[in-house]
Parts: sequence; C-alpha cells; structure tokens
Amino acid sequence: MAVPLLQLKDLSVAYRSRRGALRAVRDLSLEIAKGQTYGLVGESGSGKTTLALAVLNYLGKDGYIESGQVLFEGADMAALDEAGLRALWQGGMAHVPQNPFTALNPSMRIGEQVAEAIALNSEIDAPEIETRVLDLLAQVRLPDPARVARAYPHEISGGQQQRVIIAIALGRQPSLLVLDEPTTALDVTTEAVVLDLLRELVRDRDTAALYVSHNLGVVAGLTDRVAVLYASELVEDAPTKELYRQPLHPYTRGLLDSVPRLGQRKDVKPLQGIEGQIPSLTDLPSGCLFAPRCPLAIDQCWEERPPLDHPTPDRRVRCHRWPEILAGEVDAGRDAVEPIQVEDYQPETILTVEQLDVQYPIQRSLADVLAGEPARYVQVVDQLDLRIRSRETLGVVGESGSGKSSLARALIGLVAAEGGEVELLGVQLPARLDARSTETLAHLQMVFQNPEEALNPYLTIAESLRRPLRNLRGMSYAEAQAMVPQLLESVRLPAEYARRLPGQLSGGEKQRVAIARAFATHPDLLLADEPVSALDVSVQANILNLLAELQNEHDTAMLFIAHDIAVVGYLADRIAVMYLGQLMQQGPAEIIFDPPYHPYTEALLSAVPPPDPFVKQEHIRLSGEVPSAADPPSGCPFHTRCPRFLGDICVEQEPPWRETQDGKAIYCHIPIEELQAAQSPVLRFNGEGD
Amino acid sequence: MARYILRRLAFLALTLVLTSLLIFVITQLLPGDVCRVILGREVGEAASQACRAELRLDDPALVRYGDWLSGFLRGDMGLSYSTDAEIGPLVAERLGNSLMLAGFTLAIAVPLATGLGALAALNEGKWLDNLISVFSLAVVGLPEFVTGIVLIELLAFRVGLPANSSIRPGTGFFEALPSLILPALTATLVLLAYIARLTRAGVLEELKQPYVRTAALKGLPRWVVILRHVLRNALAPTITVVAISFGWLISGLVVIENVFNYPGLGRLMVFAISRRDLPLLQGVAMVTVLAFALANLGADLLYAALNPRIRVGE
Ligand code: SF4
Ligand code: SF4
Repeated sequence: MAVPLLQLKDLSVAYRSRRGALRAVRDLSLEIAKGQTYGLVGESGSGKTTLALAVLNYLGKDGYIESGQVLFEGADMAALDEAGLRALWQGGMAHVPQNPFTALNPSMRIGEQVAEAIALNSEIDAPEIETRVLDLLAQVRLPDPARVARAYPHEISGGQQQRVIIAIALGRQPSLLVLDEPTTALDVTTEAVVLDLLRELVRDRDTAALYVSHNLGVVAGLTDRVAVLYASELVEDAPTKELYRQPLHPYTRGLLDSVPRLGQRKDVKPLQGIEGQIPSLTDLPSGCLFAPRCPLAIDQCWEERPPLDHPTPDRRVRCHRWPEILAGEVDAGRDAVEPIQVEDYQPETILTVEQLDVQYPIQRSLADVLAGEPARYVQVVDQLDLRIRSRETLGVVGESGSGKSSLARALIGLVAAEGGEVELLGVQLPARLDARSTETLAHLQMVFQNPEEALNPYLTIAESLRRPLRNLRGMSYAEAQAMVPQLLESVRLPAEYARRLPGQLSGGEKQRVAIARAFATHPDLLLADEPVSALDVSVQANILNLLAELQNEHDTAMLFIAHDIAVVGYLADRIAVMYLGQLMQQGPAEIIFDPPYHPYTEALLSAVPPPDPFVKQEHIRLSGEVPSAADPPSGCPFHTRCPRFLGDICVEQEPPWRETQDGKAIYCHIPIEELQAAQSPVLRFNGEGD
Repeated sequence: MARYILRRLAFLALTLVLTSLLIFVITQLLPGDVCRVILGREVGEAASQACRAELRLDDPALVRYGDWLSGFLRGDMGLSYSTDAEIGPLVAERLGNSLMLAGFTLAIAVPLATGLGALAALNEGKWLDNLISVFSLAVVGLPEFVTGIVLIELLAFRVGLPANSSIRPGTGFFEALPSLILPALTATLVLLAYIARLTRAGVLEELKQPYVRTAALKGLPRWVVILRHVLRNALAPTITVVAISFGWLISGLVVIENVFNYPGLGRLMVFAISRRDLPLLQGVAMVTVLAFALANLGADLLYAALNPRIRVGE
C-alpha cells in the first residue's frame, strides 16, 4: 500500500500552562490519502484547532507534541530542522485560518502578500510573478484581480479576504490544505460561494484537505471522511455518508440531532440537544469522557475508558455500546424534549413599529467639523414597519449589515431611533431609554448575543437576578432573594450557582442566567438578538428549547433575531427577512420554505449547507457584495445582487408589497404567480424519521 | 489628501495666532517693568519714560499686538528689547542649531532604540531582554545633567571629544559634528528607554497577530517575517512618540544646552523670559510651535503611510 500523504500516529499534543501541561489532543491516529478530503468535527474545546496546528507543526511557544508522530509523505515532521520545515510550508501543506481579516497583514498590499507565497519556491522574475499573482486571484474568482492586488486588506470584504487567503494557500501548490473553519466568520451567502470554490479547487487539483469545522452541514457537503473529536479524543471516524446515515457514537448522534434542518419546527420535531457541557481538560472523567452527557451511559462507561474499535474495516468508534447501537437494539437519539405546543394566539397586536428609522453618524474628524463638512449618516434601519401579536414569535433573519441588531437596539432604547413610532401595548415608547417608565422597562426585556455584554462580571448571579426584581417589580431584598432559586430552576441551573460570578460559568450557562433575568419581570415582549450564535451546537439546541418553553409559560411574545434561517424557522411563528435595513418578505413561518419566495430569501435558503450528504440543493449564488448602507441602492435595495433582476424598473422604482392568499408578503416587482412558476422548493426536512 | 494637508495647515495658522495672543496676554500679566529690567533699577524716571515711549509700551495692548502681528505677517519679527538686534536672524540661527542637534539625536536614538526594543521582544524573557530592560530603565532614571557630566567624564576627558559645544554662528553641520556628539548622546539616553520599551511592546503585540502565522506558514525565513511584516506594523505607534520627541529636542533641551553650552532655541527662550523680552519670546515661541506642529503633521502623514487603515481626511 502506498504511503498515505499524512499520517498521525498516537499523537498527543499539550500546552504548557500555569496549571501544568494541558493535553489538548490525546492518542490520536489518522491517515489522509492523497487527494482525500477529511472532515474534523468538534465543538470548542474538542482540540480540533490544536490538531490542525500540530499537523502544520506550528504550535506556538507553549504547544508541543507530547508523544506520537506526525508523518508527512512518510517523513517525521519532528525530525525536520527549520529549513526543512520551511521547505514543507513552501510546497507541501498550506493553511487557511478562520478569520481572514486578522490573517492578512493590514499594512501590506494584497498583491505583495500573494507574491510572497509564490516567489519563494521558484526562480521567476518580477513581471512573471505579477502575472502569476493576478492569475491566482482570478482563480479564486475575485472580480477585477488587478484592483484587488493593489488594495489593502481592509478595503475588500470578508468573503474577498478569505479568497485572498485561499489564493495564498494555492500559490504554493500544496498537496495538503489545512482548513480551519474557513467560512465561520462569513455570512451564509458568502460562505456558500467560498465553499463552492473550495470544493472545486480541491477536486480539480487533486489536493488533499483536512477540513476542521464545528458545522456538520459544511462538512457533509465537502468531505470524503469525517472524524469526530470530543474533549481531546477521537470518538468516531467514518466515511461521510455512513457517518450521517448511521452515527455509531452517541455524541455524533447528539450533534446531528442538535442542528435544526431547514423547515424543522419546535412543534413538530423538537431539537434534542446534548445535556451538560464539554468537560474541562483539567478535570476529565476517568471512564468514557462523554459519560456525564450520554443518554446511554451504563456503569461500565463510568469505570472503563472505551477502546477505539473497528465496527467495520473503515469505521472506528470509541464506545462500549456500539454493537448494540449498530444492531439497532438501543437508540442514542433522545426524545426527552416533547414537541413544544404553539397555542393559537389571540390576534391582538402588542407591538407596532411604524416607519422606524435608525441612523448612525459617520465619524468626522475635528478638522472636518471646523471646515463645516456636513454630518453624514448610515441608514441602518430604513422606514421599517413591523407588528407583533401577543404570545407570538416573530423571527427576523438577515445577514450582517441587514440592520437586524440595530432594530432590536432601537426597540430596547440602546440607540435612539431617528424617526418613526413604536407602540407597546398601546402606549407610545419614547425613543430614549432614560425617558421610559419602570413599567415599560419591565414589559420589554432583551437577551443579547454575548451574555458577557449583559451580565456584570463583578456581580454574583444572585445579585444580577435580584436587580430586575427590585428595580422593576418593586420587591424587597428578602422577596427578591427568595425568588432566586426559582429563577435558576426555571433555566435548569442548580441553586448553588446563585453565589457564583459570571466568570465561573460556561457560555451556555451565562446565557441561561441572562434568560432567567429577562423573564424575571414577566415581560410581554422579549427581544432576543442572536441569543445562540455564540454557543456550541449541542448547547444551542437546549437554549432554543428553553426560550420556547419559558415563552409559553409566561405568555410572552418574542422578537427573535438571527442570521441562521433554519434556527429562525425552528422557533418562529412568523418570519421577516431583512436586507439593508428594509424588509424583503414576511409571512407565516410554515410557508417560508415554500415558493414563492423573495429572490433574496431564495438565495438565503439555497446557501444553507444541509447537514446531510444525500441532499441535492438548489444552487443559487449571490454575486457582488452587500452595498454600503451609507449609500444604499435606489429602487429595490437588492437590485445590485439580485439573480432575478428585471432591469430598469428594479433600479428606478421601489417595488410594491405583493401578497399571497396564505398571508405571505413579498417586496418585489415580479408578480407572485411568476415567482411561483420560476422557483422550485428548497429541499427541506420533512419531520419524518431519519 | 491635499485638502487634508491644507486643512491641517489652516488649523496650524490658527494655533499660531492663539499662541501669540496667549504669550502676549501672559507677558502683560507678568509683574515687573521691561524698561527697569533693561535699564537697571537706578535710572531716573525720565530715562524710563523715554524707554517706554521708544518701545511704545504706553499704547493700548491691542494696538501693540496688532502692530506685532502685522509685522510678523510681513516677516518682520521686530527688534529684541534687550539686545536691540533683529529677532528674525537670531531665531533663525538658533533654530538651525537646534535642528542640527535634534536631527542628529534622532538619527542615533531611533535606530538604536527600535533595534534594542525589537531585539528585546524577539528574546522575550531571556537574558538579553532582561539586560536591555534593566539598562534602559537605569538610564532613564538619571537626570540629564548627571548623564551629561558622566559622558563628559568618559568621552571628553578620556577620548577627547569637545565638552564645550558652543559653536559659532554659521557653522556647518559637518564642522559642528564633533560638538554635537555629546549633547546628542545625552539626549539619546533620555529617549532611549522610552522608545525601546514602546517598540518592544509593539513588536510583542504584533507577534501575536494571526498574520504573522500566515507569513511564517508561507515558508518565509524568520528575518523576513520580522522585518517585512512585524516591524512595519509595530513601529507605527512609535512614530508619534518620535514626533513629540522632536518637538522636545527643538525647544526643551534647556538643561542639556546649558551643560554643554550649546546655542540652541531652549537657551534663547530662557534668556528672553529672564529679560522680559516680549518680541524675542514671541519669536521663539512661534518657531517652536511651528516646529512642533510640523513634526506632528509629518508624523501623522507617515503613520498613515505605514498604516493604510487610517484614511487621512475621509
Ligand atoms: S461508552 Fe458509554 S458513555 Fe461513552 S459514549 Fe458509549 S455508551 Fe455513552
Ligand atoms: S424588485 Fe427586482 S431587484 Fe428587487 S428583488 Fe425583485 S426582481 Fe430582484
């Protein structure tokens, strides 16, 4: 048998820390063949990024290989001296990191940065280098390569930056690409374009790739094999299709069940998240590392560390109970979460937003002010109308720059709206927070993306929870204190957490505290701005279900804002799609996944990578970049990128709102019937057994 | 860009006017009579009157300020009260001396300090880093007259460099060079620790940035990564400090100029203040403010050139 391109043999990687060595990867073996695309899936803390850096032999000052070997084309990388290592980086393997902006030198032109990658391993002259640079930039499909080559990194968009990084990687014609979450920092529609590009490049050049990601959808569509990492260990390894068809490790199964599919809804098929959280590396259980969270754990699991078995010649799994799982005798899928019922809400409107305008001033220098330059503004929310009925969840979907967060911030009063009216329960809301009454504050609560933003790090959890009770519900100290255990219980946190500080909690736990606090005042309306996007998928599912349950319990309406249309579809009763500060489409959530769609919604839906390698998806990609909100397009705001662009009418005239019989409204010049005829349904989850 | 520079220059003109006004007001408030200082205590009332009349001290303050300003705008800074000499050439000569000293100092201090700082950062925590830290901190703690005297002891008495740097008017740079060495070294020692520590911090910060990893993983040699990628970004904040130092070197070297008897602007300013020589003081102040402001403008432009994220004037 030929030597594999990359071979990891019983690899353990550790970091020196103040508390001694932390082993981030333990006893891991893996082989990547030439031209093979290998997925490496895990949540934060799984060791996946460490593994990627160990493969590159770039662990930094504190990281080191504790035992085992990394063999590249059969040669031990530990034996390489600096020159050998450099030669390897120049030609053998290349890295594409997560955040393209910080990965580029901010003060060097892009052309120069790309040139560095090719000029090294070949004796070519300057004009030749320049043609090669432009050629590479064109290969990664950058529009106008000559302009990009002259630009600095901050002058191009995130998607373009990532393409530049890919060009730098390809410049050395590597035989192995190490891709570490290369699309995580990008918007969905941009991600889709970059993934297409990667897929094509890897296929055309017969390059092998190690694709590290937390996103099962991305990995499903791109890889031949997938390895799943949990708390520093390999727990499962299988050909991609087999892994998704029949996961053998309960953790893999849990991950798959945690991700909402397009069209999955809380009242039909609730998500089954994984309980608990990934153990810290300093405090690992002695038996199976997954035992504390595993629905199938038995006594043996707590005592004995499971070996890595081979259920079939090309699958590996680390679980005592895989034979039973394989035979279908036990099922690792949980059905702990009951469908979350949505009762018929009374059609009583509790929030009315009319013609809301939010603007941010563009920074001017003192010299500008003195010179009398007029102030300029970015219009982030533009004449927006919105209605939320009591107990309803309105989901707002949009990518970055859509103005969705500014909408929430204006409603809660963190930024003062420039114009328009907001009415809550029939009372007009003052734009500024300090002008709002205690009662209003209690009626309207918010959960933020980063609980760090909302929880004071110097207050104990109990203090944070008492605040709204005392300030907004007028409780005495004793009354408020008596409520704390109950609040913690409502978000499934143990009562002893009351004395802890936020720093001692995990991200998911902090978000639970923030949710408990938001519900403490029995709000009529909860604003949730990307409340799960900073969390791991296994935790995300539980938080989503928790939000839905508490909302039912408290009869609260919710404005749920997210960039992930599957997540919004899971939770919302109605959905509004936002682009450049305006709504493009709104209507009942059940029908958002069926045509007719607004052309932008259509592109969004088709961009979501389905966590399922068997799905063939509609292929609509957006070209160009989101225009600047300081200078929004005339007519239809989407016209610069619209795949169904009609011509002058879209540029010159604002489109009308067109309505379907079932209550969907679309902001487009194309008549409903024509959209219906032209569009096909995206593949969606049908709620039946996997 | 051009508009930005124009605007900055307009701003600078405004600063100059305000400064001159401020100095004018302050000197009006100072106790003591110029003529008494010039003529001495013993002269009679008549002589004093004549002197006041000659200097037109009895005109309303606003009129005098207007006269001075219109003169200044025509390039005429007037006559010194105390020496009767034309202020323009005097200030110009001293400015020339100060510029020579400042330029020479920076030419030594900046490469030395940034080099040491970068070296310390690249050897973080090792003996070289510690040595550089200890040395630069020890030096910065000493007042200039102490380091100056030590340097005279070491380099003037033993090596033979001139300790008295009183150069004659009209001396060219190369002729003056030996006289510049000791004062420049003294000033360098003052700046060294500051710039070196700033550079060290900047380099350490940049080394943590992911783009350094990108560059290293291209297979570039380490020195290329450091010189081409790290230093370029790490030095940007240092430039501002260098600009401020330039201002200080032009007008703030009173102690050093005294120790070495060097005819710079600092000593001229002290002289003007002690003699209540308002026109001279005005002249020196204008030049100093101008030097400060131009150094800052230069620093901002250079900073923008090194750091394309700063879009000048937009
Ligand atoms: S070994 Fe036990 S605890 Fe671990 S995954 Fe398998 S069943 Fe669960
Ligand atoms: S109005 Fe025109 S540009 Fe806008 S979405 Fe419809 S077809 Fe596209």
